[in-house]
Amino acid sequence: MSSEPLIIHDHYEIDYRHSYAQDSPFFVGLSKGKLLGSRCPACRYTYATPRSHCMECGAPTEWHELPKTGRIHTFTTCYYGGELFLKETPFTLILVEFDGVDTLFLSRLKGLPPDAVRIGLPVVARFAKTPSFKVTDVWFEPVGGPA
Amino acid sequence: MRPVYMISGGITKFAKAHPEKDFRLMVREAYDYALRDIPRLTTDMIDGAVGSYFSDHFTRQLKAASMAQDYLGLCPRPSKRIEGGGATGGLCFQSAWEAVASGRMSCCVAFGFETMSRVNTWKGNEFIALASDTNFDFPVGGFYTGYYAMMVRRHMHQFGTTVEQMAMVSVKNHVNALYNPYAQNAKRLTIKQVRESPMVATPLTMEDICTMSDGAAVCLLGSEEIAAKVCDRPVKVTGVGSGSDAMRMADRPHGKVLLLPHERESDYAHLKYPGVHSFRGGRMAAKLAYRMAGISNPREELGFVELHDAYTSSEIQTYEDLGLCKYGEGGRFVESGIPFMPGVDYGLELPRQGRLPVNPSGGLLACGHPVGATGLMQAVFAFWQLQDTIGRHLGNPTLQVQGAKRGLIHSHAGTGTYITVSILEAV
Repeated sequence: MSSEPLIIHDHYEIDYRHSYAQDSPFFVGLSKGKLLGSRCPACRYTYATPRSHCMECGAPTEWHELPKTGRIHTFTTCYYGGELFLKETPFTLILVEFDGVDTLFLSRLKGLPPDAVRIGLPVVARFAKTPSFKVTDVWFEPVGGPA
Repeated sequence: MRPVYMISGGITKFAKAHPEKDFRLMVREAYDYALRDIPRLTTDMIDGAVGSYFSDHFTRQLKAASMAQDYLGLCPRPSKRIEGGGATGGLCFQSAWEAVASGRMSCCVAFGFETMSRVNTWKGNEFIALASDTNFDFPVGGFYTGYYAMMVRRHMHQFGTTVEQMAMVSVKNHVNALYNPYAQNAKRLTIKQVRESPMVATPLTMEDICTMSDGAAVCLLGSEEIAAKVCDRPVKVTGVGSGSDAMRMADRPHGKVLLLPHERESDYAHLKYPGVHSFRGGRMAAKLAYRMAGISNPREELGFVELHDAYTSSEIQTYEDLGLCKYGEGGRFVESGIPFMPGVDYGLELPRQGRLPVNPSGGLLACGHPVGATGLMQAVFAFWQLQDTIGRHLGNPTLQVQGAKRGLIHSHAGTGTYITVSILEAV
C-alpha cells in the first residue's frame, strides 16, 4: 500500500548537570574580573585558554593570570548562527593574542562596527557585573572604549 | 598488511530532504546499487560492515548503524559505528580498509548516511557547533561558519588570499555538478553572484558554504582474491593517512611547517605554522598517505583530487596542506585554472585550466554534505573515475578525468581536528 510519507513533530528537551571540573577556577576568576590561563612549569609554554596538562610536554600546568589587553589575531562578524545565537546576530567573534602567551583566546568583540574591525587592533577585556559563570562573562572592546 | 581493493560503490542522490525514505532505506539503495555493479559478488562473501554517521542529535536514534546493519541483512556479521565529525565518512572508509588489510575480513562494507533535514538549518548549525569545545567555544556564539571565517581571515592576512579567489572555487564546484545528477546544488554562478549572495560570516557568503543534506553512500572493499573473483576493474587503495589537531583552534601552535617530500625548510623560513590559517592534521594525513603510496610530488603524480570543501576557503587551504601548491599559493593556484575540469566552460579566464582537477564531482559545495556519507561519496566518485566509468554512472562523460591513474580523497572534521587522506589507483 503506498501513501505520502507521514511527518509528525516531536519535541525534545533536556537539562544537564555540568561540572567545569578542573577548569572551574577559570570561571570563578571571570566573576572576580580575572582572565586565567595556564603556564607549564616544565617547558614554560603558556596557554591563553586554560588546560590543566601541557599539550606540548604533558606536565601539569599552573594557573597564570593573563594581561587584560591583547590584540585581534583574527575576526569575523556572524550574520547567521546556530539557533541558540540567531537572536544575537550580527555579532563579532575574535581570537585574541596576548604578549608573552603562546596560544589564543576566543571571545566576542563589542563596541566596534563590523567594518572597523582590523587584525592587530588593541582590545581590552571587560567582565560581566553579574556573572553567569559562562565564558561569555568576559568580552573585549577596543582599547580606549567603544568607537 | 595485505593489499586492499575497492570493488564497488553506490550513492543516493543527495537532497535537502528525503521524507519518503529513512536512513535505512537510503543506505539500502546505495548498497543495492553497489551490489548490482558486481553481480558475481554474493552476499555470503561479505564478512562484515562499518557504518558511519556523525550526529546522534540529527538521528535522535542511538545505535542507528545497527538498524542499517539489520536492514542490509548483514546480521550476525561484525559491525561497528565510526564517528569523527566531518571526517566520519573518510574514517569509515579507512576502518573498512583496516579490516581487509589486517586479514580480519576479506570483504567489508563501508556504509554512511546523514539525515539532516530532521531539524531546521539553524538548529542543524547548532548541532554541528556542539562539535566545538562546549566550555570555551560554543557559548561564545558556536557557529562553524564563523570559525572557518576566522581561519580564512587570517589566511587572507598572511598570504593575500582574496574573496574573489574563494568565489572561483564556488563557481568551479557548482558548474562541475551540472554534469553530476547525484548533486544537490548544481548551478552556473559568477564571482559577482557568489559575493552578492547573503553574507553569513564575513568574508563567507551563502555560496561559499555547503548545505545540509540527506543522503547515503556505500563502498565495498575486498582482498586481492575477492577483487579478482568479482570485479572486472578493481581500484587499489595504495595509501591511507590521517591526522589531528587541537579541538580549540585557539590552542593551535605557531611553529614549524610539517614538510612534504618535495618541500624544503627554506620554503617556509618565516611562516608560523599552522596557526589558524592552515590544517596541520591535513598535512599529517597527506604525508602519511604519500609515504605509503610512494608519492614524492603530489602535483605531478595525482590525476585528480576529491577534497572536503565545506567552505570555498577550506578548499584553498587544503590545496596547500596536500602540497598541490606551497603554503600561501592556494589563491593563485585556483586563479591559474589548474584545479578546474578541462573542456568545461566556467565563464572564467583560466590560463592553465584542467591540469589537476579538484572536486570534479562538485564537492561538498555542490553535491551537499550529508556528513556520514560524504567521505564515502568521495570514494565512490574516485572509484568511478579510476574505473573510467563516470559516463555510465553519471549518464554523461563530461566529468571523466581522461587517463586518470591515481586519485586522492580527503575527509575533514571540525576546523581540522580529524583529517583523512586516502590514495586510490587504477590497476
